[in-house]
Amino acid sequence: MGPKLQEWIKAALLEVQEYVRLIAQFGRGLVTRPIYYRDIIEQFDEVGIGSLTVVLLTGMFTGMVLALNSGFTLDQFGARSMIGRLVSASMVRELGPVLTGLMVAGRVGSGIAAELGSMMVTDQIAALRALGTDPVRKLVVPRILAGLLMVPLLTVLSGAIGMVGGWVVTVLQFHVAGTVYWNSVVAGLYMQDVWMGLIKPFFLGFTIVSIGCHVGLRTRGGTQGVGRATTNAVVASSVAVIAVDFLVTKLLIVLIY
Amino acid sequence: MAQTYRRPALIDEALAFGGPIIVFDRVHLSFDEKVILRNVSFTLQTGHTKVFLGASGAGKSTILRLTLGLLKPDAGRIFVNGERIDDMEEEQLMNVRNDLGMVFQEGALFDSLTVRENVGYKLYEELNWPVEKADVRVAEVLGFIGLGEYIDRMPSELSGGQRRRVAIARAMAAKPRILLYDEPTTGLDPITATTVDEEIVKLRDLEGVSSVLVTHQLRDAFYVAEHTASRRNGELDFERADRHKANEAEFIMLKEGGIAFEGSAEELRAAAARDSYINAFLS
Repeated sequence: MGPKLQEWIKAALLEVQEYVRLIAQFGRGLVTRPIYYRDIIEQFDEVGIGSLTVVLLTGMFTGMVLALNSGFTLDQFGARSMIGRLVSASMVRELGPVLTGLMVAGRVGSGIAAELGSMMVTDQIAALRALGTDPVRKLVVPRILAGLLMVPLLTVLSGAIGMVGGWVVTVLQFHVAGTVYWNSVVAGLYMQDVWMGLIKPFFLGFTIVSIGCHVGLRTRGGTQGVGRATTNAVVASSVAVIAVDFLVTKLLIVLIY
Repeated sequence: MAQTYRRPALIDEALAFGGPIIVFDRVHLSFDEKVILRNVSFTLQTGHTKVFLGASGAGKSTILRLTLGLLKPDAGRIFVNGERIDDMEEEQLMNVRNDLGMVFQEGALFDSLTVRENVGYKLYEELNWPVEKADVRVAEVLGFIGLGEYIDRMPSELSGGQRRRVAIARAMAAKPRILLYDEPTTGLDPITATTVDEEIVKLRDLEGVSSVLVTHQLRDAFYVAEHTASRRNGELDFERADRHKANEAEFIMLKEGGIAFEGSAEELRAAAARDSYINAFLS
């Protein structure tokens, strides 16, 4: 084994170790005092309300394009009335969680990495510790909690607005009656799909924010380092969203189908 | 952590003026292959000042981080306020840090908080003082450093010198008995630097704070060592310290992780004639 490869493996293992340690500290910070309630509320607002616009826009256009694409195909079989099924099934099971996850990774993951990263390089994290505050409790716990609870909410909204987008296209472009569309939407939803769509975003939200925090707190090397950390956080959490989505889907298929 | 902590009376007595408030005993630290500190031992006496000089990367700031427990030494023992801190868990260290204030390089103010929230951070967030009482203390320390009217500004609206002074105010707000200064005057013009030096002297002479000053600005180091502050009829007065008082400030010159010189300002000037490293530093 070349020394370069050894170095790389060592660095990768160190990253994993530090990540696991952060998660353990998060777990401890969640159940023991002090808990910084005000910061938790602030982060709920920052992650939830702050991401609402992008998530709603993405969800709506995704629903619209789904209706448009599937509409033309289904039309060839005279099955326009089935558009709703396709839109609801794909939005709720897959596209809602994943696209919301990706948008949150881009908006929140990068923001957290940049914020914690610049606090790190300007010694603000050290200053927190010097003033008697555990940075994990003060900064990481509120953020992960917000990701954990807000991403599922955003996902539900994204799925809902996607169906509305699909309805607009179905009615205006394909001239299908609204009631036919909505009946088809409901017919396309199975309970397992709904569970799938509700459970996945918890994992995605946790992954995105914890990666953002981890990368932010490991930032070294001045403003350049902050830039690097931001990029790394977006790339890593986006890839993780897709990977975790696959793994959780696989797991849930075994468990609930 | 918010709980108040009581020290045994005997230790309190031992740590009165002149007692050993910070002790480094053969402390060794290295990162990977690079040795940062090599067998460093020193004692800071209560009410005195330790000035650490040395080139960049000589391990000066590391000493402050070790004192706070932000870093752990590889070998050796560190005592702060009568407690051994080098093997302490983070949770216990929070108690020790209650008696320590640190002024970071460039200030390290929280840039999302106002001057008031920065200065009162520990009082509001960690010690859970009632808001009115904390507000009074914040106004008091901002008055002490002469920045009372800046209370509602954001750190980004302050000049470099003002930011350092707010950082000093934040470090002293909870009335710690030890203050650590990491390059408090680096990058400031001489006039502004003197205002920061005066704060350090005031805290030491009027509040009885023990201080560790890390710097490579000799002018400021000598200023702090050789001046004294007093209050006469409410008027603040700075004058040159007499020899006895000046000897309460001890200089330590670090070179490649070890101690190259230890002594008073006067001895440092004398040593410069013999040692080329010190001489290079002083001239």
